[in-house]
Amino acid sequence: MSPKMRWTAIKTALWIVCLAPLGWLLFAWFVKHDLGVNPIETITHETGWWALFFLTFGLGLTPLKRFSKWGWVQRFSRPIGLFAFFYACLHLLTYIWMDQSWEWAAMLKDVVKRPFITLGFAAWLLLLLLAATSTTGWQRRLKKNWKRVHRLVYLAAMLGVIHFALRFKTLLLDWRPTAFAATVMILLLLRINWRPKPQPFST
Amino acid sequence: MLIRKPSDIPGSEITSEETYRHRRAFMVAGAGLIAVAALGLPKLLGGTTTPGTGEKLGTLKKSSFSTSEPSNSFKEISTYNNFYEFGTSKEDPARNAHTLRPRPWTLKIEGECLKPRTFSIDDLLKLAPLEERIYRMRCVEGWSMVIPWVGYPLKALLDLVQPKSTAAFVEFSTLMDPKQMPGQASRALNWPYKEGLRLDEANHPLCILGLGLYGQTLPNQNGAPVRLVVPWKYGFKGAKSIVNIRLVKSMPRTAWNDANPSEYGFYSNVNPGVDHPRWSQATERRIGEFKKRPTQMFNGYGDQVAALYAGLDLKRNF
Repeated sequence: MSPKMRWTAIKTALWIVCLAPLGWLLFAWFVKHDLGVNPIETITHETGWWALFFLTFGLGLTPLKRFSKWGWVQRFSRPIGLFAFFYACLHLLTYIWMDQSWEWAAMLKDVVKRPFITLGFAAWLLLLLLAATSTTGWQRRLKKNWKRVHRLVYLAAMLGVIHFALRFKTLLLDWRPTAFAATVMILLLLRINWRPKPQPFST
Repeated sequence: MLIRKPSDIPGSEITSEETYRHRRAFMVAGAGLIAVAALGLPKLLGGTTTPGTGEKLGTLKKSSFSTSEPSNSFKEISTYNNFYEFGTSKEDPARNAHTLRPRPWTLKIEGECLKPRTFSIDDLLKLAPLEERIYRMRCVEGWSMVIPWVGYPLKALLDLVQPKSTAAFVEFSTLMDPKQMPGQASRALNWPYKEGLRLDEANHPLCILGLGLYGQTLPNQNGAPVRLVVPWKYGFKGAKSIVNIRLVKSMPRTAWNDANPSEYGFYSNVNPGVDHPRWSQATERRIGEFKKRPTQMFNGYGDQVAALYAGLDLKRNF
């Protein structure tokens, strides 16, 4: 297999894996006809969960590359980040369409008044910015700043985790927000502690 | 002891279970068709109706307090529950509540009363005529259902123990037994679960001791064998699997108020004008419906209960 063909195969596999949660959701919805007693809640929770999952998973790629010295790992960053954004878009769309039925005034009030919604929306805006500037063209245009801008992904992940935690009736009721928060913090620490001396000529 | 026979009502008045289910199926089909036509969302709405698994409770008195709105299906009511003693997800109670042993069961009533007593579940089932009470149930999380409870006014029970004039509040305690309630091994809430009402609230004719659902004894996950149903308050006020009722002088502590006093007040009356700090209470999603509907003050029972709160600032006493 030529390296190009192998890369195509890997990329196809990646797409299949990343689209599997959506596929499962559509299967449960249209084939099994079973999304639980509160289907809109199920769709909201699932899409949000997978956005957070891919976001956190994507954050782990850089440390993994550095520890393992597998350079190719980095090539997954962009597609996985974009899939996180994709699920975040589905999550937002579920809220706008199914949950709020396009009641813009009610949603605006939510965004302004409720940190729960404000944080989620802010995280989505950050992901929008990162997705929009994820192209090679923007990488070239922003030069060194591109990396700085894209470190905002850590902020987006933290906002996402807090947003997730706030949906539970009392904080710390469920182990998952804590698990996400811990993972994001560890991954962030791995980045900060790596190479104490700045390398002026690194790319 | 007072043992009354259920009052006789003509058989023609009683809706047979079959008709009951057909009405539901019809509603679901109608809702489903509208959804398909208008939104292209096949079968997103409604669930299938499966019969209950409890013991039949015989002839039930109809109540003028019942709503004519269509009831949610047994499946919806019994598989989407908040009952943290069996886990914190909505599906957990239906999966885990089989460890609860609702019989034999005793309920002790004590405190500021002249005749404290202990009742067995069989006593409770015969204590007053069982009524069907089809009530709206509004969860503090922003969803609602219509539930055909079986029970009778809590007042019938409280009158038997003769509350003293010093009794101002009533405290309800759920069973504490981590063997039967595995969720109590985690510290999700302060166990045992406690709830409370003012005595005049507890004596209100809408407030019932719930003993059944859909004409049968309660499924474990819905609070078997005996629970509280207070339809004008958020659902969590309805303590489940109650073992102890205490008449007390001062406002009792309650589980959710302990967990987060700024979010869950003692009164917790359904109030679209007082938002939960993290989400709006102005609207709710009726399980089975697509679009949210406006939430009604006192969950639509204002005509009956508003007088209880005359002069009380409901924004402060949320």
